[in-house]
Amino acid sequence: MTDKKDDPGGSGHRGYADLTGAQIFNEMLLEEGVEVLFGFPGGAVIPIFDVLYDSPLKFVMSRHEQGACHMADGYARSTGKTGAVIATSGPGATNLITGLATANMDSVPLVAFTGQVRSQLIGNDAFQEADTTGITRPITKHNFLVTRVEDLGRTVKEAFHIARTGRPGPVVVDIAVDATVNKPGREPAMEPDLPGYKPRGGGHIRQVRAAAAAINAADHPVLYVGGGVVLSGATEALRAVAQKGRIPVTTTLLGLGTFDETDPLSLRMLGMHGTAYANYAVQESDCLVAVGARFDDRVTGKIEAFAPKAKIIHVDIDPASISKNVPVDIPVVGDAKYILEKLLEHLEAKERPAWHEQIAQWKKLYPLKYAPDGGIKPQEVVELLGELTRHDAIVATGVGQHQMWAAQFYGWRRPRQILTSGGLGTMGYGCPAAIGAQFGNPGATVLDIDGDGSFSMTMGEVITAVQHDLPVKFIVLDNGYLGMVRQWQDLFYHKRYSAVAHPCPDFKMVAEGFGARGIRISARSELADGLNEALKHPGPVVVAVEVEPEENVYPMVAAGKGLHEMDLGKLA
Amino acid sequence: MKHVIMALVQNQPGVLAHVAGMFAARGFNIDSLVVGRTEDPMLSRMTIVAVGDDRVLEQIRKQLEKIVTVVKVRDFQDVRYVERDLMLVRVHAPAEKRSKVVDLVTLFRGRVVDVSRKSLIVEMSGPEDKLEAFVDLAKPYGIGELARTGVIAMKRGTQAD
Repeated sequence: MTDKKDDPGGSGHRGYADLTGAQIFNEMLLEEGVEVLFGFPGGAVIPIFDVLYDSPLKFVMSRHEQGACHMADGYARSTGKTGAVIATSGPGATNLITGLATANMDSVPLVAFTGQVRSQLIGNDAFQEADTTGITRPITKHNFLVTRVEDLGRTVKEAFHIARTGRPGPVVVDIAVDATVNKPGREPAMEPDLPGYKPRGGGHIRQVRAAAAAINAADHPVLYVGGGVVLSGATEALRAVAQKGRIPVTTTLLGLGTFDETDPLSLRMLGMHGTAYANYAVQESDCLVAVGARFDDRVTGKIEAFAPKAKIIHVDIDPASISKNVPVDIPVVGDAKYILEKLLEHLEAKERPAWHEQIAQWKKLYPLKYAPDGGIKPQEVVELLGELTRHDAIVATGVGQHQMWAAQFYGWRRPRQILTSGGLGTMGYGCPAAIGAQFGNPGATVLDIDGDGSFSMTMGEVITAVQHDLPVKFIVLDNGYLGMVRQWQDLFYHKRYSAVAHPCPDFKMVAEGFGARGIRISARSELADGLNEALKHPGPVVVAVEVEPEENVYPMVAAGKGLHEMDLGKLA
Repeated sequence: MKHVIMALVQNQPGVLAHVAGMFAARGFNIDSLVVGRTEDPMLSRMTIVAVGDDRVLEQIRKQLEKIVTVVKVRDFQDVRYVERDLMLVRVHAPAEKRSKVVDLVTLFRGRVVDVSRKSLIVEMSGPEDKLEAFVDLAKPYGIGELARTGVIAMKRGTQAD
């Protein structure tokens, strides 16, 4: 715990009776192993910040609470630990909303603490009062309102337990200011008391056997894996299953890195902007094995036309995910790693040469590609970044075209490498998420591959990177457009470019104003040198790369179409 | 199709909001939702009547189970159960029609719990269709006001119990 002499709750084992709520809060966070608390102070949390003043807990101040929440999220996704964030009541809490919803959609374990007005004032429209538990209920895994100091320690423990177990997610603990000032007086009950919370582990062996039998009988099986494989640490088990059955593997956006893309069995990403060979393989599959994925509409396209020939096996820890979007033939509820390991025992080693011949042919006919002519192509920037960082960097992204190019062209090798808002699609996620990841991975190369639109939303957090001298590289693919919306207007709205032109500041000067290094790259001849210079610089760098403004992302499955009806672009 | 679902929930502030919010956010339709105390002071019992096909019912059950403060969920599909709904209804019944209304109430095993010059308050409990049948027959006399509790339900005992 702590070695501070004046800390009565530390190693002295004097219990919690004579500690203030704020001191109990500090003790609990240390006990939960929180290394970094992200956040922003304010009136209702001053008692907590008073204790943080001489706590060993590292506090990182963001420039906006949304940034703090994404930092905690990026920290959590990149490390596998639970993120922690604190904000004050009212606007502090409401500024967290986008960050919480982002984490909720992508099952990211984090605990958010919000200040609340004095318990007697709750409901009276007091200064900086908001109904935080009411507002956050639909976008969190669970939330608590603490009005009595006796409940605080236990609730913090419960919050961390809920956030990280089962299908992880964000939990909010809203704390009335008097509960941080008061002392319990006598020893409070500290053991979690959650009779309704029973996260599933393990898995039904009978269902695993049924799944194995279906795969053994299949000629064209495909593994379709998502973020659940990352969360359960099932990468090795996945590799073993794929190898033994010679089963090709396609990943969702959140599943990128769970299966090394240099493996011949890799089909890379599927879905709206997935590879042609992944989408064709799914459509031709006779047995689709979904693991820790949830049949999102960006993955399935037109749902009635999705994997029409396949028997569908769905492995997921969340029973509510199963048969929610697609009727499943063999549901297997449980932990991905455990189930894949059991599945391996019942799986027959098979070569399936005809299936691999077919896939090899698709790969040859329809590789991911772009025309490296004209201005700098965003795809070549991503590809080059992949090479220069040996495909080993942690990469955060915003949302839009650049996100899809990052997904398609970086070359993913290992889990927890990509940090991206898949479910909610939160622009502005990349910059703060990269900063959070760098705090969790001090020695690692951390990139934010961003777009000019996304980056503009939260670039104020570069100041946080400067303050802590973090070597994060913010690579902004600047096309002067909100590119993905422009692409849809190009393809589906007769090029009526409505509100997508996006005049940007000089990002180099902005970076320098913030105290970071700024680099602008305008020509292909400057690209490699510019990126190398950025990667070598020991501090934060913003690299603005002027890219071809009207490049589109392909392949593309238009909304409402089946995966096999994808548009391969001009190069098909 | 109508489904009756029972949920035991922790007796805590905010639980009703969690459950009601989930139904609203996921677009499930509720006919009625009843909350009451149980023999255990830590637990309340919710009875929910929802409309949808079997897949919707399954989703409702799973989504309810996911709520941290929901301790146990049962649906009454494929089991024999007793359901009761309690109704108070003010029926227009001036002196010349009163005996006819009272006859009707007796026939339905209801009770007259208040009498005034122009109307009666009738208390009646039973399955929903019984109450609805009474309301249909009482309508010609004129219904002034109607309040129902919504359905509560309990699985019937088996030979083994």
